[in-house]
Amino acid sequence: MTEMKYQTKPLDIWNEGKALRQQYYENYAKAHEKGGIRWAGGAWAYSAVPAGLGDDVWSLTGEPYGASVAFNKEFAARCQEAIEAKGFARDLCAYLRNYLGSVVLDEYVFGGKFPKPDFMWTTHICCSHAKWYQIASDLEGGVPYFCIDVSTGLIEDFNERRREYVVNQLLDGIDWLEQTTGRDYDDQKLIQAVYNECEATSLWAEICALNRTIPAPLDEKTMYSLYVFGTIIKHRPEIVDFYRKLRDEVQERVDNKIAAVGNEQRRVITDTQPPWGFLEIFRYLETFGVVSVGSLYTFSLIGAWEVKDDGTWGPRTTPQEQGIDITTRKQALEVLADWTHARPEWQHFYSAQKKSDMMLRIVREWKVDGVMLHYNRGCEGLSLNIAENRLAFKDAGIPVLPFEGNMGDEREFDLERTKKAVDSFLELLGVK
Amino acid sequence: MITAGIDFGAKNVKVVILDDEKIVARGSALTGFDLKIAVKDASEMALKAAGLKLDEITHITETGIGQGSVAFAADSVSEVGANAKAGVKLLPSARTIIDVGAEEARAVKCDESGSMEDFVVNERCAAGAGAFVEAMARALEVELGQMGPMSLKATEAVPMNAQCTVFAESEVVSLIHAQTPKANIARAIHDAIAERVISMVRRLGITEDVLLVGGLAYDVGYVDSMKRGLGVEVHVPELPEYVSAYGAALVAQERAKE
Repeated sequence: MTEMKYQTKPLDIWNEGKALRQQYYENYAKAHEKGGIRWAGGAWAYSAVPAGLGDDVWSLTGEPYGASVAFNKEFAARCQEAIEAKGFARDLCAYLRNYLGSVVLDEYVFGGKFPKPDFMWTTHICCSHAKWYQIASDLEGGVPYFCIDVSTGLIEDFNERRREYVVNQLLDGIDWLEQTTGRDYDDQKLIQAVYNECEATSLWAEICALNRTIPAPLDEKTMYSLYVFGTIIKHRPEIVDFYRKLRDEVQERVDNKIAAVGNEQRRVITDTQPPWGFLEIFRYLETFGVVSVGSLYTFSLIGAWEVKDDGTWGPRTTPQEQGIDITTRKQALEVLADWTHARPEWQHFYSAQKKSDMMLRIVREWKVDGVMLHYNRGCEGLSLNIAENRLAFKDAGIPVLPFEGNMGDEREFDLERTKKAVDSFLELLGVK
Repeated sequence: MITAGIDFGAKNVKVVILDDEKIVARGSALTGFDLKIAVKDASEMALKAAGLKLDEITHITETGIGQGSVAFAADSVSEVGANAKAGVKLLPSARTIIDVGAEEARAVKCDESGSMEDFVVNERCAAGAGAFVEAMARALEVELGQMGPMSLKATEAVPMNAQCTVFAESEVVSLIHAQTPKANIARAIHDAIAERVISMVRRLGITEDVLLVGGLAYDVGYVDSMKRGLGVEVHVPELPEYVSAYGAALVAQERAKE
């Protein structure tokens, strides 16, 4: 362990976050006991839309669930074997396999039987998502299923016609939700959910922006436990409240130079999902004073960003800050579509150059010394273009470590070999 | 000052002992299942050759896959770091050092002082490493040491498409059934493995001079394939499998002086 340079302490809000996450999974599992509704879908789904069905509508988003399964290696292995035994290939999305394996086993990673949803509501963001929930629907006996196509390209190309394409699907989706659940849809709840989602995701960007400070107030391993709310219930008021409190605490850490890693001497970033079963890699880096201050993934899977007047990234100005008064269902959906499709991580699917540019921006603005790129065999969508990204960093003179693994399948991650590669990277960074 | 470097390879453990920067002894033992026994055997061989006792060595640095398993090693260095250090010492003009061992291939780009500038390592698949040639030699039913000279006698380039050792073996069997001369198959095997390593090294960019180290550098057929594939001269030092251990011993010299 290198010498401590900064004061450090755990986050005061940590336990509150932990309880909130636990409550989320419980709320979903026990929704029926209180007359509520359960739906399942991707973390990229327009989760604010089903909120118009009522405050007792709870979701289970598949990717965070798949990651939670991955963290439990014994259960993950059983899930993967169960779904592979049904003929699903090993090179499919690891989250999908963990989720579907859990369905096949009829076991919920948090205990008890797998809670069957009342409907599926998702978007076709990548090559897996639409099929994922179609298959889940079949496996669970034909659960009603609605999927929104969001293949509208880069935000620069998101013109009125493309927005209308998405909004019309969402309008059809609301009709479908009413028919499927037998409930009346409340536009005021939708509008409030849209305001909440915009504020929560802008707040998360604000929190990440504070990590530009040296020493970094947050490390990425901790951020994984915090960004997750944006992937599960970003439209709910309790998340807005949590992120406000977190923002204030992180600001306080910045003001008082409280570090996430007391021996910080080099700063790195990663790119996409980590190998969830092996987050100890981050702690290994920290023993040499190397802190991962974030990633394109943690910053912008949910974070809403915009380029500020000084040319740097900052939290996106919310509709409420702009004085936009949302009054109709259609307007709410248009605001939500504009907001959603602009998130940086969405651009990642369409352009290697854009991903490199965004990461190079983070390198510059967050004062980063090196980059780790995960050849993530578990996610084809977000592993696209890594070879090109590596070249972009190389051309920019940034030390870069590509490493091979899988976000959700430990059989495809070699801890010892990865540590060896990390050792070489640490030597390149001059800390080992 | 006496220092030593220990390199834990997938197949062999190698030890190099230095008196200042001069190599005074080497030792090697099969890695086997028990690293401690392999290290003991290789160390004793080197100490005996040097006429030294373990406590006469000022500083020991280890490298390779089994780092941390030697109680008497003071510290460690990565293989690419060790290769950069040793490569420039062996060939001062070397700027790209390619190391192909039994189960790993790696390359490092370095400056004139032997400091690492960038590196690449192969990932979990060993198809681009020495184990691949061993498997193919078995399929051809020839001694491993014959593969190189045989390859140089090839009269025709035969394409070999499989990237995976298992599929490549079945491809070799097909070539045997098609009565392809063994020499041509040997060259196809060397070309295939060289292509894999070269595609990895090209990610670094090829900066001359190029030094090839590791156990596979003994194989003249493979070296020829690398030369043709890279289109530049490929230098091979004496006893190429000891280069990482030598680099570790050089690092030990530097650290002992700190």
